[in-house]
Amino acid sequence: MPVWTLYGIRRGIATTSWPKKDGAVAQPEVLGLPRYHADRCRDNCRACADVCLPGALSFESCQTGERLALDYGKCIGCQLCTEACPNDALTKSNDWAFGVRNRDDLIWAEALKSPPAEEVTRKIQKYFGRSLHIRHVDAGSCNGCESELQALNNPYYNLHRLGIFFTPSPRFADLLLVTGPVTYAMQGPLRETYNAMPEPRWVMAMGTCAVSGGASGGGYSCGHGVEEFLPVDIYVPGCPPNPAAMIHALLLLLNRASQHVQGGQVAH
Amino acid sequence: MKGAVERVLRPEEIPQACDDLMKAGARLQMTYAWFPEPGQSVEVAYLAVTAPHEPFLFLRCSLPADSPHLQSLAPQIPLLGWYEREIQELCGVIFDGHPEPRPLVLHEGAHPSMPPLDPRYQPDEMMPFTSEPWDRPPVEGDDVQTLPFGPVRADVLESAQIFFYYIGEAILHCHPRLFFKHRGMEKRFEGTSPSLGVVLAERISGVDSIAHSLAYCQAIEAACGCEIPERARYLRTVLAELERLYNHLHYFGHLCHTTTLKVGEAQGKLLAEQSKQINGMLTGNRFLRGILKPGGLRRDLDLSTLPEMLNRLQPEITTYLRSMEETNSHLDRLITTGHLPLQTAYDQGATGPVKRASGIGRDLRGDHPYAAYDRLTMNIPVRTEGDAHARVQIRMEEIHESLSLIARAAKDIPEGPVSSEISYVSGGEGLGWCEGARGSTYYCVHLDDAGLLARVKIKSPSFSNWRVFPLTVHDTNMMDYAINEASFGLTMAGCDR
Ligand code: SF4
Ligand code: SF4
Repeated sequence: MPVWTLYGIRRGIATTSWPKKDGAVAQPEVLGLPRYHADRCRDNCRACADVCLPGALSFESCQTGERLALDYGKCIGCQLCTEACPNDALTKSNDWAFGVRNRDDLIWAEALKSPPAEEVTRKIQKYFGRSLHIRHVDAGSCNGCESELQALNNPYYNLHRLGIFFTPSPRFADLLLVTGPVTYAMQGPLRETYNAMPEPRWVMAMGTCAVSGGASGGGYSCGHGVEEFLPVDIYVPGCPPNPAAMIHALLLLLNRASQHVQGGQVAH
Repeated sequence: MKGAVERVLRPEEIPQACDDLMKAGARLQMTYAWFPEPGQSVEVAYLAVTAPHEPFLFLRCSLPADSPHLQSLAPQIPLLGWYEREIQELCGVIFDGHPEPRPLVLHEGAHPSMPPLDPRYQPDEMMPFTSEPWDRPPVEGDDVQTLPFGPVRADVLESAQIFFYYIGEAILHCHPRLFFKHRGMEKRFEGTSPSLGVVLAERISGVDSIAHSLAYCQAIEAACGCEIPERARYLRTVLAELERLYNHLHYFGHLCHTTTLKVGEAQGKLLAEQSKQINGMLTGNRFLRGILKPGGLRRDLDLSTLPEMLNRLQPEITTYLRSMEETNSHLDRLITTGHLPLQTAYDQGATGPVKRASGIGRDLRGDHPYAAYDRLTMNIPVRTEGDAHARVQIRMEEIHESLSLIARAAKDIPEGPVSSEISYVSGGEGLGWCEGARGSTYYCVHLDDAGLLARVKIKSPSFSNWRVFPLTVHDTNMMDYAINEASFGLTMAGCDR
């Protein structure tokens, strides 16, 4: 096998140093979830809600009549609203770090609430120090989320360097990472996997499907996300979330990164 | 059905018509059902390919809604077997004399109140489900052991259950249980505007987003008589080849994982990552989503830096592919593994690189060109060995071909608009197709009176190849299983939908 040893040495290190300060996150050009500028939404024209397939945009009543409600937990980043809005109230953005501990933090709110709770993470640090073992369950994804999860172990992202590993057995897993809206046929296997995990255990809903059902939730065969079946500790919308967003969410669980989104707004 | 030559038949004429087609050398592609008049009738349609550059054939027959029966054609045309079972479960048509009358798409214990694809079935009605035992082949003989593997498998894999009947190392029979991921996506299109349907098509199989959205858009364009601009044709070709590129590169990374060639695995996955990053730079999306729409593209793309980015990648890819072909320990695991004979491939419906590795030299890009494929010459690699190594070699050549196609398309691409006006024709019907990284992808769309989607049928390549794959596992050994599965390059999401 010397050919391949040489090959590896010649190829050198390909890994990004992110999330260290000077590391490239790889993808400044990749579009994230749209940004909402409430002050620009004027006529309640509904142009955006009409093109929003998963219902992330809707109109709700308020004191002054109606106002736009945005739920990032349902957004699949299709960008159609940014093209439909005549007033640029919804714009394309590169915002990607949408991992949150409370589902409510994905819903746009006028005023920012108090900073997100941190107890879970304190506990998790006590148990795991700096390492984490993940059992992944595909509960009916489109495989886009799996493709990015698989990318976490490629030499560029190289998840191992952060002390985070995928494990085949739920018995060794700390975190259940779920993709997909949860189909009727995957409800049983999902529960069995969760029940086979030792306590303490954590659950992460990865991708908009797992957070809320996304483009595939509901209907004769699908649920509306993991929350209907298991307690969720971290929600990560995105369709799919890019690998950096996935790593950010894992570090957030370990209290090694801070939450960027609160009240549906991204801290800049 | 625009995009195909249509024949309306009586139900009893179907068997003879399909038999005549087969004798004339045509190959059936799929069959599906839909409800033109809910509660009144159900229509069953058959799609066939005759010869390259000849139009597709579309046979249709109408059945009464109260007792829809048809004769099963699966005994003569095995590749129709799964389609007929799917129709039985989702549309309620009974196929008399079906050789495998077991549940396929809906697992035992799923009890929808009426066939879920009937438009009268409410879109948000979850079907009741109680887990019931799986109807799998019984086993005789004391030495035979059984092993269920999945649906939650090792690493990050899509959910599916593989059930092995084996003695020691030898696999007697491999019986997959699929459709754990059945999301009912075809139902999801019902009542949606054709311009939003593309968002769903992109999410049938994430790594085949372009194949699905392209076939979908072309079906809508056919239904509405829309010609897309020349520049859009070239851009669509570039996007389709970029999708093939990152998929094939990932395929090699995963294959090396199964043959335990560690550096090969790392390099394949790194090249796939770089290829996805190029997608991101070009379109803003690593999966090339959010760019196609019925009528063309949502926005123009600047191809000026693309050739240079790919030129930088090309020598690395070439060295990588050559190194694998020079590694005996790797080749030993591939050569003769998972043999698929030509006749089996043909009868059971194999598609894409799998079919071309077993001697069937068909490729929709060359045979029924769409986008700009008729403006660009291309080689269609074919092998006759039918083993894992042949499937690998086909993909190697396709990578080189894709790079060359992208370079030429980027050079020849004309300036101009990237989309045409499209108005959704009430009652329009259209067929669209695309040769994706995994093989032939077809969409049949039916619009209702208001120009909204009434029925969208998806024929995905993984549905076809999952039917074929277990036939290459019977009478092999456990050691080769994972390698053989990797050599097929299957997805679950595309198959299960
Ligand atoms: S980008 Fe998100 S909010 Fe906008 S239309 Fe798409 S899913 Fe809806
Ligand atoms: S969130 Fe998007 S990418 Fe992930 S599984 Fe769902 S549809 Fe696919």
